[in-house]
Amino acid sequence: MKLLEYEAKEIFAKYGIPVPRTGGVITKPAQIKAALKKAGKGPWVLKAQVLAGGRGKAGGVKLVNTRAEALAAAKAMVGMKIATHQTQGAGLTVREVLVDQAAPIAREIYISVALDRKSECPVMIASAEGGMQIEELALSKPEAILKEKLCALRGIEPFQARRLAFKLGIPPSELGSFVRFATALSRTFLELDASLVEVNPLILTAEGKLMALDGKIVVDDNALFRHAALAERPDVESSAIELAAKKVGINYIGLDGDIGCMVNGAGLAMATMDTVALAGGMPANFLDVGGGATADQVTAAFKIILKDPKVKAVLINIFGGIMKCDVIAQGVLEAVKKVKLEVPLIVRLEGTNVEVGRDLLRRSGLKLTSAESLWDAAQKAVAAVKR
Amino acid sequence: MSILLNKDSRLVVQGFTGEAGTFHSKQCIEYGSRVVAGVTPGKGGTRHLGVPVFNTVADAVRATGANASLIFVPPPYAGDSVLEAADAGIPVVVCITEGIPALDMARVKRGLAGKPVRLVGPNCPGVITPGQCKAGIMPGYIHKPGHVGVVSRSGTLTYEAVWQLTQRDMGQSTVVGIGGDPIAGSSFVDILKLFQADTETKAVVLIGEIGGSAEEEAADFYKREMNKPVFAFVAGRTAPPGRRMGHAGAIIEGGSGTHASKVSALESVGVHVVENLSGIGSAVAANLGSALAR
Repeated sequence: MKLLEYEAKEIFAKYGIPVPRTGGVITKPAQIKAALKKAGKGPWVLKAQVLAGGRGKAGGVKLVNTRAEALAAAKAMVGMKIATHQTQGAGLTVREVLVDQAAPIAREIYISVALDRKSECPVMIASAEGGMQIEELALSKPEAILKEKLCALRGIEPFQARRLAFKLGIPPSELGSFVRFATALSRTFLELDASLVEVNPLILTAEGKLMALDGKIVVDDNALFRHAALAERPDVESSAIELAAKKVGINYIGLDGDIGCMVNGAGLAMATMDTVALAGGMPANFLDVGGGATADQVTAAFKIILKDPKVKAVLINIFGGIMKCDVIAQGVLEAVKKVKLEVPLIVRLEGTNVEVGRDLLRRSGLKLTSAESLWDAAQKAVAAVKR
Repeated sequence: MSILLNKDSRLVVQGFTGEAGTFHSKQCIEYGSRVVAGVTPGKGGTRHLGVPVFNTVADAVRATGANASLIFVPPPYAGDSVLEAADAGIPVVVCITEGIPALDMARVKRGLAGKPVRLVGPNCPGVITPGQCKAGIMPGYIHKPGHVGVVSRSGTLTYEAVWQLTQRDMGQSTVVGIGGDPIAGSSFVDILKLFQADTETKAVVLIGEIGGSAEEEAADFYKREMNKPVFAFVAGRTAPPGRRMGHAGAIIEGGSGTHASKVSALESVGVHVVENLSGIGSAVAANLGSALAR
């Protein structure tokens, strides 16, 4: 679960990480006056609250000097669409705008805590080259990236924080506050069960004070059982179809193509998308129907897939493991009858009792195409949408 | 020979009396696995599926000589169950549980460091040595004893690959699902090491997916230490970056963990990478069929 910048900063403030004075979030341009008052004296910065990096370049961050400028910027920003390199072509609508007091920046630093899969522990990553995308920096100047491996229980040790401070060139007068900052960041990561906590940039103000100018927190979805408040937070990342899928326990991710895919198992679902692409088609979605693949579950999955108007054919690929193919075929048939399918359906079953299953599908009288292998199914699906 | 499990493996199932534990333990017993004990705290002294139930793993080991554990405990408590199994001296622990927080696993791995235990999983289908012992949720009948080692990050995708092998009369030495989580008990390299040392295993099928760098590390290991042929498939060629494809570990982050990087790492060291999943069985057969069939 990704948190918005203002949510991250609220958490930072609770952990004692210095953040800019804020006027809070506005959802209507008319609220700007009160927000500016709360943020103190100008200049101010207006920031679109969307879950996408690179929003500055797309017009989602605006520095304003007067109240009139602020109102104009608020009018332009609320409701605007933001498309960046991280949104895959689709634009995100800006519903919330954060109003902060602008801070005088003397230096920008990159700092984050992430889970390092290779060393199997959290790692604090820092760079004196703040403000940049860390991915770009990792490619162009890997030597400029500093790393400290953290204990998953204790977090960062003061000596590790000092080591980073010296390498980053933090002024000696701020050494203590940097160690407190790094410790707080590490605690935020551990206590929130985060997979990423990022401050980019962390700034040194003209007066030499540290301040988190931006914030990004990603919480491990698997740990939400320990964070009731976050678990209840509305999901702003998922599309309407993805939310509907989640409700019925189906794992769905919308894509750009026109072949709807229904598969049991995440890996096989990914491989099915790949096979469709190899056959010259484009998958409309990733969908893992779960291990059971019962009639109810298949019906629910059909309803989810068909919510997407782009879908011109549906490909079902189910490997009957513990649940046998004849039972699955029965489920598919029941589901097809319930949803009144109007697009071509291609079914590929494999596993126990596959012959009985295929026979059931053949004799059903329903309009569907049975496939012998995944490759056969993908080719048939591609042919169906091209017709 | 085989790796991890064989006909002498004595399984203790943790989370034995729960719904998943009951269903799958029954399947394992029907397959012929020797399930000698179950553990459910508070139900010690009872019997379930004809097997004695204990309060702790240590009790189960003392009474039954269990030497492998299979875990179905729910996510909030699963990490603790792994540590309990290791503490009781169980050398092979297979954790099926899906949804364990990554930080819990980071702490579990620290707790296991230096102990003589091999953890497989979590979030995996388990381990099977065909014809000898099944410790997991995979359908037993798709397997066949033989000489191909299979190691995979995904469940049904593994079944697909195994089924293609079995249909072509190429049996498996052991099939290991290492799971789809960002921090796993065993990596590809851990399992490849075992397959390389196993005389019964003549070739390996490796099923990877996007996210992390386990496939790249496997390629590096293959180059340095393996002389058995490896055939690989990597799922997620068409997956968009930044989206978690079902498994917590299957996500392209900041340009790392891409399909292209994994395929090129594997191909550059001489691993036979199959682009089309439907062709993995035939690729192994075309290269080694006569040497493997029996």
